[in-house]
Amino acid sequence: MSTTFTGIPASPGTVVGPIHLHAAVQHDFRRDQPDGPGPERDRLKLAVDDLRHRLEGRVDEVGDTASEIFAAHLMFLDDSAFQDPILAHIDTGGLSAEAAVERAGNDVAAEFEAIDDDYLAARAADIRDLRDQLISVLVGSDTDDLAQITEPSIIVAHDLTPSQTVSIPAGMALGFCTEVGSAVSHAAILARSMGVPAVVGLGSISVVSGQVAIVDGDEGIVIVDPGETEVKQARDAQAAIAERRRLAMEDAHFPAETLDGHLVEVVANVGSVDDAARAVAAGAEGIGLLRTEFLFLDRTDLPGEDEQTAVYKAIHDQFPTSPVVVRTLDVGGDKELPAIQIAPELNPFLGVRGLRLTLARPDIFHTQLRAILRGAAGRDAKIMFPMVASATEITAARAALDAAAASLDDEGLDRAREIEVGVMIEVPSAAVMADRLAGMVDFFSIGTNDLTQYTLAVDRTNEAVATLADALHPAVTRLIRTVVEAAHAEGKWVGVCGELAGDPLAAGLLIGLGVDELSMSPPAVPLVKEKIRSISREQSRSCARACLDATTPDEVRAILQAEVTNAD
Amino acid sequence: MKEAQLTVQSSVGLHARPATKFVGKAKEFASDIRITNLTRGGDPADAKSIIFVIKAAVANGHEILITADGPDEDAAVEALVDLVEHGLEG
Repeated sequence: MSTTFTGIPASPGTVVGPIHLHAAVQHDFRRDQPDGPGPERDRLKLAVDDLRHRLEGRVDEVGDTASEIFAAHLMFLDDSAFQDPILAHIDTGGLSAEAAVERAGNDVAAEFEAIDDDYLAARAADIRDLRDQLISVLVGSDTDDLAQITEPSIIVAHDLTPSQTVSIPAGMALGFCTEVGSAVSHAAILARSMGVPAVVGLGSISVVSGQVAIVDGDEGIVIVDPGETEVKQARDAQAAIAERRRLAMEDAHFPAETLDGHLVEVVANVGSVDDAARAVAAGAEGIGLLRTEFLFLDRTDLPGEDEQTAVYKAIHDQFPTSPVVVRTLDVGGDKELPAIQIAPELNPFLGVRGLRLTLARPDIFHTQLRAILRGAAGRDAKIMFPMVASATEITAARAALDAAAASLDDEGLDRAREIEVGVMIEVPSAAVMADRLAGMVDFFSIGTNDLTQYTLAVDRTNEAVATLADALHPAVTRLIRTVVEAAHAEGKWVGVCGELAGDPLAAGLLIGLGVDELSMSPPAVPLVKEKIRSISREQSRSCARACLDATTPDEVRAILQAEVTNAD
Repeated sequence: MKEAQLTVQSSVGLHARPATKFVGKAKEFASDIRITNLTRGGDPADAKSIIFVIKAAVANGHEILITADGPDEDAAVEALVDLVEHGLEG
């Protein structure tokens, strides 16, 4: 009998494998001083030196994000506020080195936690991690179960510290499941950097090592002891997707042309330099949405102008002659960043999000706009602003862009000469007013995920209503039509960069509505291209008309599925 | 004894890398240096300890007091004020 646990999706992908349950190790050690404080002080000094040496090695061997975590451990290790209380517990408290470390570590962590601050709460976890590492060295125990794994496994734990995560031998972690944590906890960050699926925040889950589990890091689901059929389904689904993708990949680098000769631009949504390389490999004809948030993720300071410029340039270089649409920072709502403090909001989705945030933080905006223009030096730049609700915001954003360009010229710095400016259409007010906004921009890109949640008044992060957030709702279809008609009347182009664009089922509908460009995650590119080649524009138009006349999303879905059946 | 009062303008306050920079600078001086978070309240904390500085929980916009006592107290306060005002980010 299988058991399904639901948590927070923390790193994408699906994997089937045996569980390795990591039980937090409780070290046994004596708490007294058989030979007085002197030998305990000596043992402590040796252990600190040993651990310092190990941490220095780790800073060098792991990636940037993880190394920052170990660099923090190193600083805490040598801090007088950590070492002095340990020595005091040994000298005057009569404690062994281990007991002194335990007490001092607990005290510092508790002091951090007493202050209501997320950053300090995370540092309390670092102090506990450091405390446990130091005790392990003192008791001479390196028998960490995670370091001993010899079979590729799904690691299940209450929580995982960075030092535990990197102790797992390479290739032995198929995926991670933790009882606590959030999408920004250490385990989640490290899982993403290792490219393995992870589900966190599972609550209490009772499993034993050796049980088989399916981890679905996209949906945040873990199925323990799946039936043969479930394992087979998971493996078949993976294999079927892999096979379809392999076939579609063979033609991925050819243009997507409908049966009646209409070319559709198929581009990719990209969120990192690696993604850009994947997009090239998948046959994307450019980037329709460069999410710049990755530059700001998993760090507590802001990326500087030179750092951003180098990354934007590296991504533009992957597409030397194809369009690259760079979206300015889009945070707020469900996307929080440690480096940017946003006052708590009752309704974050209706609060300081997207362009609203960057307009309120000219320091961040100016630096990013300068970096985008510099990163596209020697070619044209396409810049897009997220979460636009009204014309005044477009005016303000364009003024900021002009100021950034002028400041670069004043300093004699190289920048992109031709600049195309677009806005994302995600807010119903912008869709309804598209005929008035079209004259102010060069293009629109419709973000169907947010447009759907705002149009249907459905919080897509609220499980109780999430299934109502259906982008195929005719209300959304009608808004897309309004936007396309408004843009084309002004001679401007329209893209779609939400999940809907990557759904082969919806390709006919979007092309029939007149959408010029579809932007999607790289793996979807070959499949959508294949779909476009199987339909005609004429047929798509009549399909779109039928969908616009539908009353419910189910009717729309039925119309689209009937098209697929007819085509076959 | 030398002191200075100022407002921290750093998007992450005196956390993370800015805290490391601040402590690194403080350690360059022989004087006893303390930092007090006037906005949040609390006792003067050892400016040469990363743990104490983080515990002061200085956020963007907080008012702080820096005091130095020792042979290079003037230079210490001047250097730390300059760092907080101009050098925390980047």
